[in-house]
Amino acid sequence: MKISKIVGLMTVTILLLIGCEGGSDTNTEATANKEVEQELTEFEMTNGIGPVNEEITIDEIDPELAKEGMQVFDMKCGACHKMDSRYVGPPLGGIMNTRTPAYVMNMILNPEEMLEKHPIAKSVGSEYPTRMTNQQLTREKARAVVEYLAQESQ
Amino acid sequence: MSKMLKKSLLWPFAVVAAIGFLSMGCSSNGEFGSSSDAAEKVYVAPGEHDEFYGFFSGGYNGQLGVYGLPSGRHIFTIPVFSQAAVNGWGYNEETKPMFQTSDGFVPWGDAHHPELSQTNGETDGRWVFINENNTPRIARIGLDEFRTQEIIEIPNSAGNHASSFVTPNTEYVTAATRFSVPMDEDNLQNMDVSIDSYKDNFQGTISFIKVSDEGHMNIDFQIRMPGFNYDLSHSGKGPSDGWAFFTSYNSEEAHTMLEINASKNDKDYIAAINWEKAAEYAANGEGKMIPGEHYRNYIDHEEGGVAKSELIEEVRVLDPRELDGLVYFLPTPKSPHGVDVDPSGRYIAAGGKLSTVIPVHSFDKMMTAIENEDFEGEEQGIPVLNYESILHGEVENPGLGPLHTEFDDKGNAYTTAFISSEIVKWDVETLEVVDRIDVYYSPGHLMIPGGDSQNPDGKYLVALNKITKDRYLPTGPEMFHSAQLIDISGEKMQLLLDFPTEGEPHYAQGIAAEKVKENQKRFYEIEGNNHPHAAKSEKETRVERDGNEVHVYMTTIRSHFAPDNIEGIKVGDEVYFHVTNLEQDWDVPHGFAMKGANNAELLIMPGETMTLKWEPKKVGVFPFYCTDFCSALHQEMQGYVRVSSEDSDVEVSYSTGQS
Ligand SMILES: [Cu+2]
Repeated sequence: MKISKIVGLMTVTILLLIGCEGGSDTNTEATANKEVEQELTEFEMTNGIGPVNEEITIDEIDPELAKEGMQVFDMKCGACHKMDSRYVGPPLGGIMNTRTPAYVMNMILNPEEMLEKHPIAKSVGSEYPTRMTNQQLTREKARAVVEYLAQESQ
Repeated sequence: MSKMLKKSLLWPFAVVAAIGFLSMGCSSNGEFGSSSDAAEKVYVAPGEHDEFYGFFSGGYNGQLGVYGLPSGRHIFTIPVFSQAAVNGWGYNEETKPMFQTSDGFVPWGDAHHPELSQTNGETDGRWVFINENNTPRIARIGLDEFRTQEIIEIPNSAGNHASSFVTPNTEYVTAATRFSVPMDEDNLQNMDVSIDSYKDNFQGTISFIKVSDEGHMNIDFQIRMPGFNYDLSHSGKGPSDGWAFFTSYNSEEAHTMLEINASKNDKDYIAAINWEKAAEYAANGEGKMIPGEHYRNYIDHEEGGVAKSELIEEVRVLDPRELDGLVYFLPTPKSPHGVDVDPSGRYIAAGGKLSTVIPVHSFDKMMTAIENEDFEGEEQGIPVLNYESILHGEVENPGLGPLHTEFDDKGNAYTTAFISSEIVKWDVETLEVVDRIDVYYSPGHLMIPGGDSQNPDGKYLVALNKITKDRYLPTGPEMFHSAQLIDISGEKMQLLLDFPTEGEPHYAQGIAAEKVKENQKRFYEIEGNNHPHAAKSEKETRVERDGNEVHVYMTTIRSHFAPDNIEGIKVGDEVYFHVTNLEQDWDVPHGFAMKGANNAELLIMPGETMTLKWEPKKVGVFPFYCTDFCSALHQEMQGYVRVSSEDSDVEVSYSTGQS
């Protein structure tokens, strides 16, 4: 049962080193944006980082889906976002005119990584004192919210 | 005191310096444990999880402490029988009904023996039960959320000590009265009689609480018993499954100065109860229903997590004098305290606290004696078996004041000796003492994860010591009790760690963390919030007046309340703040504290609604704020309520974000 002290020490040191590496990642990112940006693919630059890794297109608004999206939005997003004015987060009335559906879905589903790595998300995020929280939407619900936002953006 | 011999060593490597000083005990056989070895064995690196959860009763604090083992880290405290201002337990409108009893609202209780639910004789990680001694109650705590979900009161009981122990498939949780009290012959109602009529009038009861698959508890039946003091219990397992064993003292039926008067007889009794047979009797409608008002309180998850109280008026009572084969007495020396059944289910060890030996009964021999009607007499209509006929043997030289025994997975038993402050390890088959270790000081219960189940994890033992003096920095006369972690994986027991525990832990139970971790709730889904007063979005927030009742439907999210300006409240109103936390993230509760409220704060978990009642008594503007540091703007998370005079005509109004 005896573990030598040296092995114990080494194990801990290795763990610490791994920990440090993880920690330094974020630091280097903050100081060296460009490097990280280069790591993002063209797709990610346009559509964000996260679980949605294909383009989503909305040709015609599905009113049923938009209605469902509105209900989800009210419950999960409406405490921080209004359509027409800056609140806890940015106004979203015309958001679908400037962002792709996949981008908005990734922002909903993966806000932590988006705020850490995506230059646009980081830049918008820096204008607001409260960080966007993860409200644990399913992909389907995020899709519905995008439909609603697309309807509102018309 | 020879036990004062100890050393403090500083771990030589900087990495482990955080562990700090280790006090090293000197074991009674003169061997020193290696402190560096001990440090490695309890070291759990930052960010790593402990291997076991330990659930330690809080005794007089009425709560349940959760500790990680082997690190001894205090992970959490679960409020059970006592109001807890920390999260509003028993103060907020959702949980007040949990304290309802036939004596009214009882906000304190003395929590004793936690017991994990079992399936097939093994801990299964669903629930922990725990009993309250003072106002007889049993609680069920759900390990999905580490919260008390149900509390049932036990009627015809006075001091609910011999509980809450479970049968191998959690068919029943058992409970027995510590104090016998006068009960009338027909309906067991407490009587106004002279205390010195004890022998004529006093009786005891033992209760069997049925547990449904969802955890719903109800008293299936009670068994009326002679007027002794019932102390502790454990259920049979394997071959002895279907039986439950309860120790008693005061077979003398004394009623004053029990220290002397209840210590006269050489032997008291373990009551062996055939619960399978009793359950059959109950199912067949035997015994009789008597008045027995008691409350069952439960958190109604279908109705938004709001506690409900249900009054139950009657209880079924079985009488062993009338129903054959229900109860047998096993004579046991002397004033037995604990009764413990080994993992094989073949042996029943008693802690005869005034006895010089540990008596161990054999279940096989007990069954043979019952079959042969090998009785040495009877006690108030209950057969008393022959001591010699049922005895597996006696453990000689077990230390002074043996109280409790737990078992490992290698055929060993471990017994606490309260007076000689040691733990004695003995072989269950041969009854020979094989090792002993000093503890500091006066151990009551001890715990091995799974140590009272059919499948113990025989790696660690925790001694729950009653006296702490000189183990930690002094804090005045009162100190936390000490628990000591002992390595039992080898032949010799080795002391690894001391750690303080909150309240007065009586008993503890341990379970492998992996049996619990997977089922953990991380937040409550806001879509599934069925609270009748939830505001599930900022759009639903509002203030409504109904006579002098005002209901505020409020939401919280980092970092604001909605509404945060409220006017039109009047002195004399009853204001209900129904606060819904819209967060859907792990460990982001929000708090809600209202200036001058006469109860507590709210601490609202993500997706939940909680209600604080406030009765403003003064005119003015009163702030409220979030008490749980939730974000960089936590300090800004605040609001105001304007309170006008009783006859004012200020209308109710409210707003968020308007300036
Ligand atoms: Cu807060």
